[in-house]
Amino acid sequence: MLASRAFSLIGKRAISTSIGLRGHAGVAKSEDFSLPNYIDRRDIPLPQLEYVRNLSAEQKALKEKEKASWSALSIDEKVGLYRIKFCETFAEMNRGSNEWKTVVGGVLFFLGFTAFIVIWQRLYVYGPVPHTFSEEWVAMQTKRMLDMRVNPVEGFSAKWDYDKNEWKK
Amino acid sequence: MSSTLLPKPQMRGLLGKRLRFHIVGALIVSLGSAVLYKYGVAEPRKRAYADFYKNYDSMKDFEAMREAGVFESVQPKDS
Repeated sequence: MLASRAFSLIGKRAISTSIGLRGHAGVAKSEDFSLPNYIDRRDIPLPQLEYVRNLSAEQKALKEKEKASWSALSIDEKVGLYRIKFCETFAEMNRGSNEWKTVVGGVLFFLGFTAFIVIWQRLYVYGPVPHTFSEEWVAMQTKRMLDMRVNPVEGFSAKWDYDKNEWKK
Repeated sequence: MSSTLLPKPQMRGLLGKRLRFHIVGALIVSLGSAVLYKYGVAEPRKRAYADFYKNYDSMKDFEAMREAGVFESVQPKDS
């Protein structure tokens, strides 16, 4: 009993399930997802149920007329029968939306926010950079790379003019 | 509900049309990228290497590197 009261916070279905289990001991109860349902989906063109379950008087009369010859039906009656059977047309169910603008905006916003976090991290978390990044060290390093002829054909040393001792223009 | 008739949509040959479009496109993209790579990257690189080694004096290069002091097995000549 206490458990079913707790589940009422989540949804009504859980209460009915536990009451059903207690009320119909020995009888299996079908869950909602195992019963036929109606859904508008491109890959399910003919759903398991008709959309309208409780027909009004006019709709019932239409259904009777449907049993006779279909060429006797007017266009509006055909549309009425369609709307009984289906909720949205393919055109309606496939319509685009403006959701992508929200998505792109949200993505960019949070990317920008991440930039703040990264900057703060660089200033307040990281220690000083190793001494091998100082100007003098990098100069010594570059000279050694040129002396060793690193990538002399297309890469690093290919851009250095060894006769004039300067970078090629 | 509009009473003007819509034009009858394409009913047949949809997969064939899609396949033709994509096969032709795939051929063009793959062959095109291969040709672009060959003449944009591979040929210039082969030419660069050929030009470099055409008049390359490896002993002169070795002596220059030796003087700069980058070797451990040989020292600069006047040290």
